[in-house]
Amino acid sequence: MKRLLRILAAVLALAPLSARPATPPALPGDSVYQLPAALTDASGKPVEWRELRGTPRVATMFYTSCKYICPLVVDSLRAIERKLSAAERARIGFVLISMDPARDTPEALARIIAERKLDPARWTLLQPDPADLRGLAGLLGIRYRSLADGEFNHSTSLVLLDAEGRVLARTDQLGADGDAAFLAAVRAAAASGTGSGR
Amino acid sequence: MARRAAVLLALLPLCGQAAPPGDRYVTVPGGAFRSALRYEDAADGTTVAPYRLMRRPVTNAEFLAFVRAHPEWQRGRAAVVLAEPRYLSQWSGPLSLGDARPDQPVTWVSWFAAAAYCAAQSARLPTWTEWEYAAAADETRRDAREDPAWRERILSWYAQPSTGALRAVGGQPPNVYGVQGLHGLVWEWVDDASALLVSADNREQGAADKLRFCGAAALSTDDRENYATLMRVALLSSVQAADATGNLGFRCAKDLP
Repeated sequence: MKRLLRILAAVLALAPLSARPATPPALPGDSVYQLPAALTDASGKPVEWRELRGTPRVATMFYTSCKYICPLVVDSLRAIERKLSAAERARIGFVLISMDPARDTPEALARIIAERKLDPARWTLLQPDPADLRGLAGLLGIRYRSLADGEFNHSTSLVLLDAEGRVLARTDQLGADGDAAFLAAVRAAAASGTGSGR
Repeated sequence: MARRAAVLLALLPLCGQAAPPGDRYVTVPGGAFRSALRYEDAADGTTVAPYRLMRRPVTNAEFLAFVRAHPEWQRGRAAVVLAEPRYLSQWSGPLSLGDARPDQPVTWVSWFAAAAYCAAQSARLPTWTEWEYAAAADETRRDAREDPAWRERILSWYAQPSTGALRAVGGQPPNVYGVQGLHGLVWEWVDDASALLVSADNREQGAADKLRFCGAAALSTDDRENYATLMRVALLSSVQAADATGNLGFRCAKDLP
C-alpha cells in the first residue's frame, strides 16, 4: 500500500510534465533556427543549430587565429555582458561561430574560453560543419572570404536573436563603448526572454 | 531479330534528344586564371581546379520537379528566413507554373533554395571564381576577355532593359567548354556570393571601414574595362542569402568524380 502511494506520488509529480506538449511549438518562419545545421561545441559535443532555441542570444562569427578584429569582437561581446545586470546576464547567451572550422577545433575553441575567461554557462563557441558554414553566415548576414595566407576578410556584425531565433537587432559597431541602442535591445530581450522556450 | 530492331528503334529518338541527366554537366578543365577582381592575396592570379558545370541554368520545369519532391521548398512552405516572400512569385501556384514557361530559367530563388536544389542533385553551387573562369570563354577561346568585340557583345545584353520575358535556356551558343547562357540570360547565384565584399559599405574609407572588414581591405577591381563582371559582383554583393529577384537564377557545379 505504501509502495502504491509512493508510485501515485511519483505519477502526480510527473503530471505537470506530461501536460506539456510533447513537441515544442512550431518555429516561426523568420527564425534563423529554420536552417538545419550541424556544429560542434568547445567540449566536442555535437550541437544542432536549432538546439540554441530557447534563450535570447547575441551571435556573431569569428576565427581564433585572427589577431586584429576578432579579439575585439570578443571584447565587444564582453563589454555588453559587463553592462548587463546579473539578472539580465543570466538570461542572455553569447554565440561565436567559427568561419575557420578546419583549424578551429573544439580544443582551439576551449583555449579561447580559457584565455578570455568566458563563462561556459553563457558562452557558446561553435565549430560548424564546413557544408553549413555559408548558410549560417547567410542567416546572420555576415560576409567573409578566406585568404591565401589563412586569414579572412569578414564583416563583423553582432546579431541579437530572440529566444525563437528571430533577429531583433544588429550592429557593426565594435569596441568597449559599443552601440547604446543595441545594448538597450539586448536588455529588452533579456527582460522578455523568460516567457518563451525554457 | 525483328523484336531487337524494334527495341533499338524505340531507343534511338532518346539519343538525339535533350541530354540524359548525367549529361547536364560538362567538365571544365582547370587552369591558371586572373580574376577581374584584385585579390590582394592572389595578385598573380589563381589556379582553378577542374570541375563539372551545368550546361544551362536550371529551368522552371526542373525546379518544379525539385519542389514536388521536396515540399519544404514549395512557395508558401519555405521559411521566410530562407526564402523571402517573393520566392517563386512568377509561378501561378506552389506547383503550377502558369505563364512562366518550363524552359525559362528559374528566377525568384534565394541562395538557400538554389543551394538546396544543387544539394539534392549531389551537386553544389559553383564558386565565384569557377563561374568567372567559365564565363571568360567565348565560342572558341578559353579567355576572350581582352577582345573588345567580345566585351561589346556582352555589354549589349546588360544594356537591355530587363522588363521583357526571360528567354528560354539552350538557345545561346555554347562556349568553348560547351556551357550555355553564362551571359545574356540571367544573373546567377554562386556558392560564395557572401564572399564578395564589394559593396556600398566598402566605398567608405577610414576607421569605420577597417573595423567592419577584418584583415586586408575588401575586394577591389583590377580591370575597369570589365564592366560585365563588375556588374555581376556588384549585384551579388548587394543581395542577402534569402533574397530573390526576377533575373537572378543559378546553375549547379560538381567536383570531378
